[in-house]
Amino acid sequence: MAYTPKPAIAPPVPGIVGKAIVWVDARFPLVKLYKEQLTDYYAPKNFNFWYYFGSLAMLVLVMQIATGIFLTMNYKPDAKLAFGSVEYIMRDVPWGWLIRYMHSTGASLFFVVVYLHMMRGLMYGSYRKPRELLWIFGCLIYLCLMAEAFFGYLLPWGQMSYWGAQVIINLFSAIPIIGEDLSVWIRGDYNVGDATLNRFFAFHVIAIPLVLLGLVAAHLMALREVGSNNPDGIEIKLTLDPKTGTPLDGIPFHPYYTVKDIVGVVVFLGVFTAIVFFSPEMGGYFLEAPNFVPADPLKTPVHIAPVWYFTPFYAMLRAVPSYLGTQFWGVAVMGAATMILFALPWLDRGKVKSVRYRGPIYKGFLTAFVISFLILGYLGVVPTTVWGQLPKGLPLVGGMDLATLVARILTAVYFAFFILMPWYTKKDKELPEPQRVTV
Amino acid sequence: MSAIVLNEVDPKKRRFLIAATSAVGAGAAVAVAVPFALSMRPSARTLAAGAPVEYDLSKLEMGQIVTIEYRGAPHWAIRRSPEMIAELSKHDALLADPLSEASSQPDFARNVNRSSNPEYFIVKGVCTHLGCSPTFRKEIGPADLGAEWPGGFFCPCHQSKFDMAGRVFKGMPAPKNLVITPYKITGMTLVIDADIKGA
Repeated sequence: MAYTPKPAIAPPVPGIVGKAIVWVDARFPLVKLYKEQLTDYYAPKNFNFWYYFGSLAMLVLVMQIATGIFLTMNYKPDAKLAFGSVEYIMRDVPWGWLIRYMHSTGASLFFVVVYLHMMRGLMYGSYRKPRELLWIFGCLIYLCLMAEAFFGYLLPWGQMSYWGAQVIINLFSAIPIIGEDLSVWIRGDYNVGDATLNRFFAFHVIAIPLVLLGLVAAHLMALREVGSNNPDGIEIKLTLDPKTGTPLDGIPFHPYYTVKDIVGVVVFLGVFTAIVFFSPEMGGYFLEAPNFVPADPLKTPVHIAPVWYFTPFYAMLRAVPSYLGTQFWGVAVMGAATMILFALPWLDRGKVKSVRYRGPIYKGFLTAFVISFLILGYLGVVPTTVWGQLPKGLPLVGGMDLATLVARILTAVYFAFFILMPWYTKKDKELPEPQRVTV
Repeated sequence: MSAIVLNEVDPKKRRFLIAATSAVGAGAAVAVAVPFALSMRPSARTLAAGAPVEYDLSKLEMGQIVTIEYRGAPHWAIRRSPEMIAELSKHDALLADPLSEASSQPDFARNVNRSSNPEYFIVKGVCTHLGCSPTFRKEIGPADLGAEWPGGFFCPCHQSKFDMAGRVFKGMPAPKNLVITPYKITGMTLVIDADIKGA
C-alpha cells in the first residue's frame, strides 16, 4: 500500500493562528482529538443535575494539584519541622493561608463531588453493561482518592494526623501472621515517626497523583468508548438519525455540555469560595480541632474521629467486635464495604438500568442503603456512648451501647443492599423502558 | 548492501522465545523491586534507637500514673492502691481473658495483678486494637462509662475498656489484654527492656 500523507486541513480561523493550527495538525492529531473528545462526542440530551459532578471532580483534581504544588514550596516533610512549616504557610507566607485552605477545602469537596457522582451511577445504573470497566476505573479512582486523602492528612503532623495514621496503619497489623511485620514495613518504624511522615509525603505528592491521573485518563477513554448513560438508562446509540448517523437523542458534548458544565462550575465555585473564606474549618469537620496541636506520640486525644468522608467505614470498623482473639473481622468488614462496589455490575440482574423504571423493592433497598450510609457517617463522628447504654435486663444486647447496636444493624443493611441484589433485582416488578429519552 | 528479506517464521520457536524472554524479564523486574521494597524497612538508625529505659519508682504517689517513652511508644507505671488491687479479683466474669492466657506478657506477669509486685503495674500504653493510647480512668462508676466501671483504661478511639491490670472487657473491639513489655524492678529502679529474658 502506498504511503499517502495526511491531507492538510483548511485553516479553521484566518491569520497566523489558523496557519499555526494547520502546521500543528500536520504533525499531531489535533483536529482528530478535538472532534473525538468534544464536538463529535454525542452525549444524551436528557442530562440533569446529577451530571454535573463528573466535570466538577475534574475541576477539583486540577485545583488540588495546583494548590498542592505551591504548598510543597514551603512545606517540610520532617517530624520536627512539619507542624511548624504548616503554621508558617498559614501566617508568614504571602497568601499561604488561601492556598492551604483551598487545598484542605478542596479535599473535602472532592469527596462531596465524588460521592454524588457515585450516587448518580448507582441510581441510573451507569455501572451496567457495557459500562462495567468504566465503573471499575471509577472504583479504583475512589480507592486512590482515599489513599491520597489518608497520606495527605498525616502531613500537617497534628494530633489527629498522628493518631489517625496510627489507627489506619494498625489496621494492617490485624491481618493474621504477616500483619505485624507489614505494619512496621509501612511505617518504617515501630511507631508512626519521621520515616512514616517522609514516605507519606512521597506517596501523597507523587506516587498516588500519578496513578490517579492515569486512572482518570482511562476512565475518560472508557467513557468515550461506550458513551454516557442517562437518567432513563437507555442506549441512545440504538436510535440514530438516518441522515447523519448520529444519535437522535444525543447532542455534541461541545458546545452544549461544556456550556452546561460551566453553570455548574460557577455555582460550585460559589460554594467553594464561601467555605474557604467564611468557614475553612467547617466547624471541625474539614479541619479537626485536635490537629491544631502538634503530634504527641505519648498522648491520644480524648475523642478521635477520622475526617467526615471516612466515617461511614470507620463506624463499621468499630461496630464489629473482636472474635477468636483477633480484631481482623472489623478490618475485613471495612475493606469488604469498599471492595464490594467492584462487584456491582454483576450483582444487578434487573432488566432496566434506571431507578425510574425499577420496582418498589429496589427503590426500598436503595433508600435504606443511602440512609444507612448517612447514619453510619454520623455515628463515625461521635463516640459510641452518644446514645447511652441499653437496659441491663434485655436478652443478648443488655448493657450494650445503643449506638454500637444501631451501627451493627446499619452495617448489615449496607451489605444486604449488595448481597441480596441478585435476588431482588430479578424478582422486582419493573416498568417498561421508553424507546427514546424523556425529560 | 542488500535489502533485509523476511524469512519464513517458525511460530513455535517464536512463541518459545517470547515466553523465555518474558519470563527472564519478569524475573529481573521482581529482583530489582526487592531492594526498593526492603528500603522501606526500619533503618539502622531507627533500630539503634531502641535502648532500654530506666525510671525511679519511688517518685510515684499512691494511685499515680506516669508515662515513660520506650521505643517511641508510651509505657505506664502505675502505683496501685490496696483498693485498686482488691477490685481486680471482683469482676472476672466481665473480662475476655481474666487469666491472660491469650495475651502477651512476661511469665512473671501472667497472674491476676499482671505484675511482679502487685503495687506497681508496668504496661505498654497502647491499645491492642489499633494502637491508640487509652486514657487512665481510675474513678469507679463515672456517668459516661456506667455504674459497673471498676476503674481502668478507656480507649478514646474505639471505646475498648480495660481494667486496672490492663485486662480487656468482653465484647470490646480490642481482642487481647494490654501488652506488658518485659521489665525488671531492682530496688526502686524500673528498667523496661524488651530483650530481658525470663526476668
